[in-house]
Amino acid sequence: MASITFKHVEKTYPGNVTVVPDLNLEIQDKEFVILVGPSGCGKSTTLRMIAGLEDISSGELYIGDRVVNDVAPKDRNIAMVFQNYALYPHMTVYKNIAFGLMQAKVPKDEIDRRVHEAAKALDLEPYLNRKPKALSGGQRQRVALGRAMVRNPAVFLLDEPLSNLDAKLRTAMRAEISRLHKRLQTTFVYVTHDQTEAMTMGDRIVVMKNGIIQQNDTPQNLYDYPCNLFVAGFIGSPQMNFLDVVITQKDGGYCAQAGGNSIALSPEMDKAALAPYVGKTMVLGIRPEDLEAVDAGSSHDLEGKIEIAELMGAEINLHVDFQGTRLVVRAPSTYAGREGDMAALKLKTHKIHLFDKETELAVAH
Amino acid sequence: MKSTASLERSRRTSTILTYVALIFGAVIMVFPFVWMILTSFKTVEESMMVPPIIFPTSLSPANFIKAVTSLPFTNLYLNTILMVLFRVLFAILFSSMAGYAFAKLNFRGKNILFGIVLLQMSLPSQIFIIPQYQMVAKLGMANTIFALVFPGLVSAFGVFFLRQTYMGIPTEIGEAAYLDGCNQWQTFYKVMFPLTGTSVAALTIFTAVFAYGDLMWPLVVNSDLNMMTLSSGLATLRGQFSTDFPTLMAGSLLAMLPMIVLYLIFQRQFVEGIAGTGGK
Ligand SMILES: Nc1ncnc2c1ncn2[C@@H]1O[C@H](COP(=O)(O)OP(=O)(O)OP(=O)(O)O)[C@@H](O)[C@H]1O
Ligand SMILES: [Mg+2]
Repeated sequence: MASITFKHVEKTYPGNVTVVPDLNLEIQDKEFVILVGPSGCGKSTTLRMIAGLEDISSGELYIGDRVVNDVAPKDRNIAMVFQNYALYPHMTVYKNIAFGLMQAKVPKDEIDRRVHEAAKALDLEPYLNRKPKALSGGQRQRVALGRAMVRNPAVFLLDEPLSNLDAKLRTAMRAEISRLHKRLQTTFVYVTHDQTEAMTMGDRIVVMKNGIIQQNDTPQNLYDYPCNLFVAGFIGSPQMNFLDVVITQKDGGYCAQAGGNSIALSPEMDKAALAPYVGKTMVLGIRPEDLEAVDAGSSHDLEGKIEIAELMGAEINLHVDFQGTRLVVRAPSTYAGREGDMAALKLKTHKIHLFDKETELAVAH
Repeated sequence: MKSTASLERSRRTSTILTYVALIFGAVIMVFPFVWMILTSFKTVEESMMVPPIIFPTSLSPANFIKAVTSLPFTNLYLNTILMVLFRVLFAILFSSMAGYAFAKLNFRGKNILFGIVLLQMSLPSQIFIIPQYQMVAKLGMANTIFALVFPGLVSAFGVFFLRQTYMGIPTEIGEAAYLDGCNQWQTFYKVMFPLTGTSVAALTIFTAVFAYGDLMWPLVVNSDLNMMTLSSGLATLRGQFSTDFPTLMAGSLLAMLPMIVLYLIFQRQFVEGIAGTGGK
């Protein structure tokens, strides 16, 4: 059993820098959890506290049902993969993978068996006698994974393991790590900056900012129901569009007024939640794929001038200036409008998010 | 467009100029050494002639025999080798440990202690000679190998130099070792120390060359001719009023032999070491 539980964990670095003020988080056994957030938000710090590389200033950290605040890393049954791999340059691949087992005084033939098993799973067998210097980035990454694997840890900790790889290799390694997780059936905690990694790999995503968890949910829920402006803007690429609107009420339905245009809101929206905002300004959020570029003649919600049209292959990203606010629209590549043209935009009403302008919390989706 | 021929010509001119300058420099550097070899075969009279003559009239080994018989060369060699050996060993051991601690460990007073190391590096070593001599003498250790090694037990330069090396090793490597179950000491000697090979080689060469050429301290601390080093032993050949230069040169040549042999063996490391430290 290797669940991980943070109970009111605080981390303050020397010099009174509180990086993580009060962390409460539960990670289930065998779960693949992703930690994301902007640079400096405390992702690595959180991971390193699990590893035992940083002490915990206050609160309790459980692995399974044991408090591990004062347990040495080697006794926590964890393994960590570092961003720069941190392989031992003077040891062969074999020795790199075997080193932890040798330290633990595992019998020689057992070590040999496990190293070969890991090497086989990771396609490293031809390289066992090489030094890390003579490996490519992807191979080094696999050695780092192998080093973690052979110890049969209950928890895998990975700190941006793919960020030093090129895009193609990253895609391949992403799949490889997902496969590894399925095969090993252990808990994975994975730190990343990368949207795609976060959305595709995890069972659950924890979004952090300034050491505080913003939202902790499945990738789909995070995407469809972001709980505040930060998460809405952070998850998804290109970013969600934000627009200041004033809420009005008409014929029992709600509308959002944006610079003379009236956008009818979906009748499915939570009316009780919206009621207090009538006559007030809110922030409307809509993802680029939920904005349609339509013929100027047909009914539409907004109009704006196309400033940039980025052809992405199957689709085209239009950057439209709507009364000083830039909106990104994902249109099919067959769309005829180009830079300088006017674009007529229609919102998919059931995909609109509304946020409180003061608290930045989501009010209705 | 400038013609390629003239471009070619100007490039060749600059190459020639470079070579002339380099050859000139090489001659200046080599001259004292050649002069030393020539002098070691001259008679005393030949060596003092005005105007000086360049070549000795005969190639007799007389000066070498005289040097070997007037000095206990076996002892001098042995003392020098032991002194160099121990100084190198201790410099590597203590500089590595201290350098690692300064670079990778966190402890109270680290910056102050490192400041003291830097301070010591910036003071001329001569000012320590008298207190160091007093310490050795009080211990009753004058005229011993220990006395020769004593000031080289720790090296401020070595500590500084290896600290820089350890700073250059990613912290994550040490952390990986820690996660792999190493304690601090094992992390140091199983993982970190083996990564400092080039720097340790450079420090070895520097310490050896410096110890080998050190004259002042051996002369002060060991007055017994049998406990002297090559450098201090040779210095005794200098008379107060006149010096038998041919014998001195012959002795010096003999004293240089081990260093020359070592240099030929470790030529590459020598050059890398000097380039690596940014010294000279
Ligand atoms: N040893 C330390 N002493 C003081 N402050 C530190 C220390 N290590 C990290 N910090 C600070 O803690 C904050 C969080 O750091 P952390 O490495 O956890 O960020 P991160 O979310 O992993 O960022 P990144 O995405 O850039 O890796 C940063 O503001 C950083 O400056
Ligand atoms: Mg980080």
